[in-house]
Amino acid sequence: MRSLIGERQWPALSATAYVHVLPPAQRFVLRGDAAARAAAESALGVPVPQQACRAGTDGARAALWLGPDEWLLVAPAADQEAQGALEHALGGLAHSLVEVSHRQLGLLVSGPEAERLLNAGCPLDLDIGPFPVGMCTRTMLSKAEVVLWRTGTQEFRLEVWRSFAPYVTAYLAEAARGI
Amino acid sequence: MLLINCPYCGERPEPEFVYGGEAHIARPKDPDSQGPQDWVRYLYRRDNTRGVHAERWRHTHGCGRFFNALRDTTTDHFLVTYKTGEPRPDPAKATP
Repeated sequence: MRSLIGERQWPALSATAYVHVLPPAQRFVLRGDAAARAAAESALGVPVPQQACRAGTDGARAALWLGPDEWLLVAPAADQEAQGALEHALGGLAHSLVEVSHRQLGLLVSGPEAERLLNAGCPLDLDIGPFPVGMCTRTMLSKAEVVLWRTGTQEFRLEVWRSFAPYVTAYLAEAARGI
Repeated sequence: MLLINCPYCGERPEPEFVYGGEAHIARPKDPDSQGPQDWVRYLYRRDNTRGVHAERWRHTHGCGRFFNALRDTTTDHFLVTYKTGEPRPDPAKATP
C-alpha cells in the first residue's frame, strides 16, 4: 500500500463508500474547567460543547468534546486569528492548550455504506439514531485510536494520528473489498 | 461484545477500556507515621475477591476518565458503574 499522506484525493474504495484525505488544519487540545471552556467559546465563536460526545461548529471552525474537561479545537490552516484569539482569551485562566496540528491527519469517510465500512473496525453502533449528526467521540478503529465525528448522515470525519494513517487507510481499503 | 457503561459516555465496547485495579484504596493521610508493613498493605496487598468486586476502570480510548465499577469476578457481569469519589453502591440495590 503506497503512502497516502499528502494526497488530497483518494479514488473511491468501492461504489458505495469513499475515503478522502482532508486538507491540513490547525488543531488544539484544550483542557480546563468551565471558565476555560467559556473563554474558548467566546474566543473562537464556536459552541464548545458541555454535553458528552458532541461537536459544535461555526463555519470552518469546530470544537469536539473528547472528555469532561478536554476538547479538540479545529480551524482551517489559513485561519490566522484562531490561535492568537485562544491564547489571549485563556491568559490568566488555569488551562492547557496544546497545538497538535501536525500530529493528526483528517480523513473523510462518506457514501451510503460509510457506516458499514467504519464498522469493519469500530464496534460502536453507528446507526443514525444512536450516533446522530454532530456526535463525536474518541474510539478504536481496529487497533488504532481515532476521533470519529459524524458530519452528515452519510459522512464521517476521522482524525487519525499521523503514524497510524497508513495502517488506517490500508485497513479501510481492505475492508472496502468486502462491501 | 461486552459493553461497559461509562458514567460520562454511556455504553461502550470493552476494548476502549483498561482495568485499573481495586478501587477505594486511599493513600494514608499522614505518611510519616506509617511503618513498612503499613506501606506494604497500602501498596501491594489486595483482596482478590471472588464475587462482587469494586474496581477502577479507565475509558482510555474514549473520554480518558477513571471511574469505579462493581463487577462479579465469577461471571464478569458489571452490576453498576459510578464516578470516582462517589461512595461504593450497595450491590443489592445496584442496577446495571
